[in-house]
Amino acid sequence: MFALVDCNNFYASCQRAFEPHLRNKPVVILSNNDGCVIARSNEAKALGIPMGAPAFEYKQLFEANQVFVYSSNYALYGDMSSRVMNILTRYSPEIEVYSIDEAFLKFKGFDLFDLQQIGLDMQRTVTKGTGIPVSIGFAPTKALAKVANKIAKKYPERTQSVYFIDQEEKRIKALKWTKIADVWGIGRKHAKRLQAKNVFNAYQFTLLSDEWVRKELSVVGLRLKHELEGKPTLDLEGPKSKKTIATTRSFEKAMTKQEDLSERVTTFTASCSEKLRKQNSHCNMIMVFVQTNYFRKDQPQYSRSIIINTDFPTNSTIELNHYAQIGLKAIFREGYHYKKAGVVVMGLTPNHETQLSLFNSSNPKHQPLMGVIDKMNSSYGTNKVKFANQSLGRQWKMKQENLSKCYTTRIDEIINIKL
Amino acid sequence: MKLRSLHHTSKLEFYFPDYSTALQLPYIDAGISAGFPSPADDFIELSIDLNKALIKNKDTTFFAKVKGHSMKNAGINDGDLLVIDRSLEPQNNKIAVCQIDGEFTVKRIKIEKEVVWLIAENENYQPIKVTSENDFIIWGIVINAIKFF
Repeated sequence: MFALVDCNNFYASCQRAFEPHLRNKPVVILSNNDGCVIARSNEAKALGIPMGAPAFEYKQLFEANQVFVYSSNYALYGDMSSRVMNILTRYSPEIEVYSIDEAFLKFKGFDLFDLQQIGLDMQRTVTKGTGIPVSIGFAPTKALAKVANKIAKKYPERTQSVYFIDQEEKRIKALKWTKIADVWGIGRKHAKRLQAKNVFNAYQFTLLSDEWVRKELSVVGLRLKHELEGKPTLDLEGPKSKKTIATTRSFEKAMTKQEDLSERVTTFTASCSEKLRKQNSHCNMIMVFVQTNYFRKDQPQYSRSIIINTDFPTNSTIELNHYAQIGLKAIFREGYHYKKAGVVVMGLTPNHETQLSLFNSSNPKHQPLMGVIDKMNSSYGTNKVKFANQSLGRQWKMKQENLSKCYTTRIDEIINIKL
Repeated sequence: MKLRSLHHTSKLEFYFPDYSTALQLPYIDAGISAGFPSPADDFIELSIDLNKALIKNKDTTFFAKVKGHSMKNAGINDGDLLVIDRSLEPQNNKIAVCQIDGEFTVKRIKIEKEVVWLIAENENYQPIKVTSENDFIIWGIVINAIKFF
């Protein structure tokens, strides 16, 4: 059984958790530099504010409808996301953080447990403990879990925000309910082509022949078809969607020293940054995680992830590694045998849409440098040019102090209290 | 267009706990006696981690700073830092952070059949009666108050 846990209107919910007057009010979140709308509460959606709406064009509508408008605060979203994900790891050892607000959990060998009860408990624990409401869909495959999640989200009262596709009738009903364009992994182009073939919902899609699907939508489409038929073909993995880029590895031999992990994290970061540059994107968040071997019950277990907000959108390996190392330092604990680690870059924006920030920005010298490195690596072989993670120099270390925005800046406030 | 600063409300400000700088202080288990050769050196192996002592569930713990005096008899004063655990179940007589009609407040809670009472710890404040008419949520339970002198 797979479960997809998805946070409802995540960014808006993060704001709401700390601002009670926002309950049942329209809330929108703007991109960096307050350019356009990147997240909306249900109330804002109901007002017809589209995703990506330019803020200046909608200013009047915002004011007329008393819409609460926020700049994005990735430090907050990142922290709330780690809290949600950390709670989810209590429920299953196998988890794939799919994006900042979604995770797949695999429940293997839970046959003797009441998953319905576990699901409800998970929903309640996360929602209560973090203030972020979540919806959960359970199904035998990931694609069906996505569908089940949509149902749970759409009918929160009837489902208590947890829905199971565990019977054939339920599967068929759910697929008939799902428009083809809303199926996970069906892009706009494919949706159009399928509609032309009179395929309007996910159920009709599963009735197509394997040959046709493979020919028209490639093996990826065929896998999806099997998934929707209830045959598991996708397993948990490091996310590869456009929302995030991840590099994660299990180690052949467990690692115990921070220097060894640090080297790995640098390598993973270099790989993520290279992928970012390859697809012409920048990111504004980086997640680092470490975990021990779940199958070694004789050893103490530890697993932790952290999301760090980069001060500006970047795809420079040097800059991203700086943040990745800070993350590793924060989560690394002595005395464990680490079996796996990874780096995930999130909050991707295309190069040409990158928002510059006023005081900090990506070092412009890195752009041509990275270009040369990528070129050399592609002509002389991967990793011919490497980064020495010891050579970060003093300048970088100095910058660390400015990084933990949320806390250090505020602890200063705490100390300067007027009594 | 209104851009509001985050987590500032009239009575509470919120902060995130930061575990990146776990600070372990040596805990000396042998009392302190002046003028006597101290055997304490042998006991310095124990240590206290304040994060551990003050925070039980790190993923559901939030900090808030108090403004106001309505809880002074409970030892909560203006400027104190509250440690709040959202995962704990509300119980009678616990001190809770509540949301009532769009505002945060901190009060001792008394749960009855149809109503919840929010009781101040200060003679100058009347108990607040919460009914189904109110938009009310018990946001979290206060587990510690930290003072700065």
